[in-house]
Amino acid sequence: MSDATHSAPHKPTSRSLHAVDARTKRRNASESRFKAMGIGAIGIGIAFLVLLLSTIVMNGSSAFQQTFINVPVYLDPAKIDKKGNRDLADLKKATTFTYAPLIQNGLLDVVKKAGIETDLSKAKELKNLISASAASQVRDRVLADPSLIGQTIDFKILASSRVDGYLKGRVKRADIAQDKNISVAQLDLTDALREAGVIHKGFNSAFIFGADASDSRAEQAGIGVSMLGSFYMMLVVLALALPIGVAASIYLEEFAAKNRFTDLIEVNISNLAAVPSIVFGILGLSVFIQFAHLPQSAPLVGGLVLTLMTLPTIIISTRAALKAVPPSIRDAALGVGASKMQSVFHHVLPLAMPGILTGTIIGLAQALGETAPLLLIGMVGYVATNTPDGFVDGFVSPNSAMPAQIYEWAKRADPAFYERAWGGIIILLVFLLSMNIIAIILRRKFERRW
Amino acid sequence: MPVFWIFVIVLALTGAGFVMGRSRALSSVDGDRRRLHSLPSYAGALVAMSAFLPALVLFVLLLALNATGMILTVATLLATLIGLALSLRLVSPEFRARNAVETGVRGLLIAAASVAILTTVGIVLSLIFNTVEFFNLYPIKEFFFGLNWTPSFGGGSELGMLPLLWGTLYISFIALLVAVPIGLYAAVYLSEYASHPVRSAIKPLLEILAGIPTIVYGLFALLTVGPFLMSIFGPNGPTAAIAENGWMHAGTAVMTAGLVMGIMLIPFVSSLSDDIINAVPQSLRDGSYGLGATKSETIKQVILPAALPGIVGAILLAASRAIGETMIVVLGAGAAARLSLNPFDAMTTVTAKIVSQLTGDADFASPEALVAFSLAMTLFVITLGLNIFALWIVRKYREQYE
Repeated sequence: MSDATHSAPHKPTSRSLHAVDARTKRRNASESRFKAMGIGAIGIGIAFLVLLLSTIVMNGSSAFQQTFINVPVYLDPAKIDKKGNRDLADLKKATTFTYAPLIQNGLLDVVKKAGIETDLSKAKELKNLISASAASQVRDRVLADPSLIGQTIDFKILASSRVDGYLKGRVKRADIAQDKNISVAQLDLTDALREAGVIHKGFNSAFIFGADASDSRAEQAGIGVSMLGSFYMMLVVLALALPIGVAASIYLEEFAAKNRFTDLIEVNISNLAAVPSIVFGILGLSVFIQFAHLPQSAPLVGGLVLTLMTLPTIIISTRAALKAVPPSIRDAALGVGASKMQSVFHHVLPLAMPGILTGTIIGLAQALGETAPLLLIGMVGYVATNTPDGFVDGFVSPNSAMPAQIYEWAKRADPAFYERAWGGIIILLVFLLSMNIIAIILRRKFERRW
Repeated sequence: MPVFWIFVIVLALTGAGFVMGRSRALSSVDGDRRRLHSLPSYAGALVAMSAFLPALVLFVLLLALNATGMILTVATLLATLIGLALSLRLVSPEFRARNAVETGVRGLLIAAASVAILTTVGIVLSLIFNTVEFFNLYPIKEFFFGLNWTPSFGGGSELGMLPLLWGTLYISFIALLVAVPIGLYAAVYLSEYASHPVRSAIKPLLEILAGIPTIVYGLFALLTVGPFLMSIFGPNGPTAAIAENGWMHAGTAVMTAGLVMGIMLIPFVSSLSDDIINAVPQSLRDGSYGLGATKSETIKQVILPAALPGIVGAILLAASRAIGETMIVVLGAGAAARLSLNPFDAMTTVTAKIVSQLTGDADFASPEALVAFSLAMTLFVITLGLNIFALWIVRKYREQYE
């Protein structure tokens, strides 16, 4: 470009301006190469996004389906109620081990009635088809209504996770040679029962609303209880982070004098925003659990830690919202005799509210997906099987949280849990997405430009 | 009495205090509110505040001192009642209730702003105390310069930090190798080439990547990327012909975690660089175009050099994010501490070891558990240093053109 003119005396060339010379061609090529790189980079970024989301949906959507077996179970009084007096205390002595054979017998009857040919002639050999949770399901039903004893009742029980995996394509015939939890004959029977309509897939509401289950019962595990844990944590975060964050921002934005103390707070806030989340977990562990002796694994502690983590986010967005309110509003309020405090609380704050709420929702969404600090305060490794009883209990009794539950499932040995983990991610992302959409709608609807 | 009911009673008394204060102010002037200094609700607010706040402070103090049962209940309720009675006596027509309330509110605002300081102090203190305790049990030199990481809760463990630090830096390096070119090119394209509608469609799409929780990336690394890399670089993949047994022996590896972390950091790098590139004044571009430069020449020879300090700052911020990232490495990087150059080896990081040393039924007084605090301290210092340095660079650069 700039070095073109100075050299040897110009030979008059008769080339047309429309013909592009070699150097221009080179420069134009380099230009379009550069542009293509940019488009390529964006393409790669979006391809990753698509890949990530499609992986999640492909692997996770099967968690919302579950395999069930319809079994008529004869509730044999000779086994369940040996004394024959229908006394609840006696009935409770019959454990799930008493009930499991009844279900297996029921299933064997179904197999015989349907005329399915199979090598499995003993009821015990059907055990692997049935979830370990079925026995307690039947037992609970009997304990709730002892008059059922002696009748044949239709139950819709969970199939075992191997059968479930087989129908979903996760468990393959080629891979089960070493598996002592399922055999080829049992898979043949599964196919036959499926054609007979005894085994069928249905919507898995227990996954969304149910509790987590132990290692051996992947088919029973649900995310409902840890969802409650997350809910209580978010309540704590909302109740603490919103008022504290707004108050801190009002002070810094409207009242603080320019001095060392204010600078110290500012530096602290910007640094806290960059502290790795795991360090907040350490803080929670040593201050809230070791020092203050708050209960381990409790949503209250998780909420406190996440509050400290989200505060910088909320403060930063609240300050931006307060800054966006023009000074004329404050001046007008002061002009008609309001005190400084009144001008802020009666005029500036209501005008900044949409921005504050948007920032808060985004902060909450961030807190909802955060996992690392929860690992250190014991929300992992805890099997969330019990729904908290009552409001206060929800805060203090041990629970898990959605991301911690997903982590827990990802770490278990049985691949059946992976499907649950992906499914849990779908639920988590649905929550995050709706929170962000609400934030965007709020912003669109109430945003004012001055 | 359970804490919950104490709380309810105090709240009820506070509400009653508001009503009482308000009506006392009104009755002190026989309903003629013009004779009051402040609006009657300010008198109510003052009484409510002086009933609630001292009780709350006392309650928290007593809890910190492990008081329970009767003492806690009686003391808290007494504090509420005394505060209520004393402030109620103050209410009179001349009493400046508004000024008192506003002073109180201002105090509350300052207290809220100080939470940030308290948090930092809490972090620093809890790290320092436990780190000092750790160094009483384990030689400081061996922690910082030890080449072996073999913790065993039975005793006789070697707790050298270097293998962990190496894993952390290696993974972060690979992550930046992925994120920086992609993020930078994307930022350049979005800010210099893309039309407004394209920009406003693409930018939020890329930023979705930043909003996805890290646990999702962790699972993605463990269950998708790891097995995929295994199928290429593992013992059964095409590379097995070059290196015996393949380069990769397990799905969890430096490469797995690094790649996924790189994806996570793309929007971080791109939106930060985007801001910085946009801050380069238009006059520089116009000058370059005026001399006949093409767009890409302008970008390469004018804009990027002008924005370089800011971009370096952005990369440093991304690096500090990568170093502090936990979930991806916990799930994707493996558990073995190793000093190796092979990016397909499983290695572990500082954050992953903090998690593994502090979860489970560890005895918190043992060096094997306490080491997590010194690891966290190291992490805290490194990320804080990187951040301060990066922000300093960014700020210095911003001022240059303002």
